[in-house]
Amino acid sequence: MSALTLTPNLSGHDDLYQSLVALHEGLSEEDSLKVWAKLALLLANHIGDRRVIEAAIAAARPAA
Amino acid sequence: MANVAGIPVYKEIGATPAPATDTDSAPVVIVGAGPVGLAMALDLGRRGHAVTVLNRLDFVAHCSKAICFSKRSLDILDRLGAGDAVTDKGVVWNIGKVFWGGDDAPVYQFDMLPVKDQKRPGFVNIQQYYVEDYLLDEVSKLPNVEIRWGHAVEDVTPGPEGVTLDVTAGGQGYRLHAGWLIACDGSRSTVREKMGLDFEGRVFEDNFLIADIRMTHEMPPERWFWFDPPFNPGRSALMHRQPDDVWRLDFQLGWNIDREAAIRPENVEPFVRAMLGEGVAFEREWYSVYTFQCRRMARFVHGRVIFAGDSAHLVSPFGARGCNGGFADIDNLGWKLDLVLRGAADAALIETYNDEAIATADENILNSTRSTDFLTPKSTASRALRDAVLELAGEHAFARPFVNSGRLSTAVSYPTSLLSTPDAETWAGGVPPGSPVLDAPLEDGWLLDALGDDFVLISHGWDGTAPEGLMRLEVSGLAAERLALPEGGATLVRPDQYVAARWQHPTTEAIAAALSRARGALLKGDACLH
Ligand SMILES: Cc1cc2nc3c(=O)[nH]c(=O)nc-3n(C[C@H](O)[C@H](O)[C@H](O)COP(=O)(O)OP(=O)(O)OC[C@H]3O[C@@H](n4cnc5c(N)ncnc54)[C@H](O)[C@@H]3O)c2cc1C
Repeated sequence: MSALTLTPNLSGHDDLYQSLVALHEGLSEEDSLKVWAKLALLLANHIGDRRVIEAAIAAARPAA
Repeated sequence: MANVAGIPVYKEIGATPAPATDTDSAPVVIVGAGPVGLAMALDLGRRGHAVTVLNRLDFVAHCSKAICFSKRSLDILDRLGAGDAVTDKGVVWNIGKVFWGGDDAPVYQFDMLPVKDQKRPGFVNIQQYYVEDYLLDEVSKLPNVEIRWGHAVEDVTPGPEGVTLDVTAGGQGYRLHAGWLIACDGSRSTVREKMGLDFEGRVFEDNFLIADIRMTHEMPPERWFWFDPPFNPGRSALMHRQPDDVWRLDFQLGWNIDREAAIRPENVEPFVRAMLGEGVAFEREWYSVYTFQCRRMARFVHGRVIFAGDSAHLVSPFGARGCNGGFADIDNLGWKLDLVLRGAADAALIETYNDEAIATADENILNSTRSTDFLTPKSTASRALRDAVLELAGEHAFARPFVNSGRLSTAVSYPTSLLSTPDAETWAGGVPPGSPVLDAPLEDGWLLDALGDDFVLISHGWDGTAPEGLMRLEVSGLAAERLALPEGGATLVRPDQYVAARWQHPTTEAIAAALSRARGALLKGDACLH
C-alpha cells in the first residue's frame, strides 16, 4: 500500500554495497553511527516525501 | 519584611490582614498571584466580576524565571491593557541564531516574526517580575479585584456548588467558600496536591546553570544558542539580553552535579569569563541551577476547580512555553467563565477550556520534549543523529531546519474545537476556524487592538445585518487579505481573538448559528452524557 519501493530498483548492487562498506573504513563505531545518520538524512531529504520515509522507517524497524 | 525568608524580593507589598470573621465567601477565588493568576484576575476583573486572589507570599519575588514573552502573550497583554508597559520596557527581538563549536557563523537561524506588519514583535525579553508588576498596576485599577497578600491555602474541600478553602494569614486561619476556584498556584500546587490529583510526564536529569549578570555589552538583540562551544565543551549554552543591562547566560551542566556548589560565584564566574573573555566586567544579578520536567494533569477542569499555568502543566524553558502557555490558558478561560458566571452559557462551556488548554499544553510538551531530545541526546545513536544534523547544517541548507535549539512559543490552533463552525466553502489560505486572527495594520492602528474582548464580526464589504448585539468591524486592504476574505465575506472572532467561523457569502442566520455554537449552545447535551 505504501509508496515505498520494495522491489529491486537500481543496478550495480555489489558496487553500491562496496561503497557503503568503504564509507565506514577506519571509522570508530561512534563515527560510523554518525555517517549512517548523515546518509539517512541526505537520502530522506532527497526523497522529500514524508510518507515514503515513514514507510521506510517502519520497514527498517526490527520486528517486535 | 517579607513573610517568607530565602526568596529575593523585588517589591515589598505587605500582608493583608485576615478577614474579621473566620468564615468568608467569594464568587471567584484565584490561588496564586504569579503572572498567570494576575492575568486571570485582570481578565475576569475587567469583565466586571468580583475576584479574590490569595497569594502565599506578601511580596513580588525577584528570581531568575521567565524572560522570553511571545507575540501571542503580548497580544493577550494588549487586550488586558498591559502590553505597552511590557513591550516598552522589554528588549524586542525576532531573530534566533544557533552556533556550533567555535565557528562565528551560525549553522542555523530563524525569524519568530515571519509575517511582518504586525503590531507586536516575535518576542520581547523582560524579567518576569516586571511583567507581574505591570499586571499588578492594571489589577489595582479595578475595585472589584482584591488581592490578599500573605494568605496561603492549606486545604481544599470541593463541593457541588463550589469549594471550601482553609486559608492561613499571619498565623490566623479562616475558611473561604468560593463559587469557582482557579488554581494558579504554580508547579507545586497546593490545590492539586490536596485534591489528590495526578501530574504525569517525564522528569529530565540534566542540570542547567543560569547566570543573570549585569554588564554593558554590545550584541544585536537576538537569541544566541551554542552547541558544543569552546567555553562549555560537549554541552550547550544560551545568551539573552534583558532590560537594564542584565544578561541571561545559561549553561548546560550535565547530570549528577552538586547543585549547591554549582551556584557559588567561584564556580559560576569561570563560565562567564570563558564565554565573554577574561577581562569582562560584570556584576552578579542572580545565579541558580534548574532542572526541568515535561508533564501535565490528565484534566484541568475538576467541577468548580480549574487549573491554569504551571499548576496544570510544566515544560522545559527552551521553547519559552511556560508562562506563555499559562497566558494562553487564561486567555481561553476568561471569556468562557465570564459567560457562565453571567448565566449566558451553560457550565459545559468550561469543558471546552479543558479540551483547548490541553491541546495547547500537549503541543507545548511535545515541542519541548523534542527540543530536549536534540539538546541532550539520550543514547549513542541519538547523539550520532544530532551531531550528523549539526555537521550537515554547516555545509548544506537542507539540514538546517532539523537543528532544534528550542522551538519557541507561538499561538496554538484548535482545528477540532467544538466551538468552531467548520468551513463550508473552499478557502485559499487565510485564518481557518480554531486559529487566532493574524494581526495587520488598520487605518491608524492595528486589527487585533480593534477586536476588543467580546465576539466580533470582521467583514469585508458585506452589506448584510449582523445578529443583534454582535460587534462589527469592517476591514479592507492587508487585514482582509490576511484573512483571505473576498468582497462580501466575513469572519466571526471569539473574545480570545480565535476564529469561530468564516464565510465568503455570510447570512445573518448562519452568523447567529455560529455565534451560539461558539458560546457553547451545542454542548449541553454532551455534558449530560458524562
Ligand atoms: C529558569 C526559568 C526560565 C524560564 N523562562 C521562561 C521564559 O522565558 N518564558 C516563559 O514563558 N516561561 C519561562 N519559564 C516558566 C515561567 O517562569 C512559569 O511558567 C511561570 O512562572 C508560571 O506562572 P504561574 O503563575 O503559573 O506560577 P508561579 O509563577 O509559580 O506562581 C504561583 C504563585 O502561587 C503562589 N502560591 C503557591 N502556593 C500557594 C498557596 N498554597 N496559597 C496561596 N498562594 C500560593 C506562589 O506564591 C506564587 O506567587 C521559566 C522558568 C524558569 C525556572
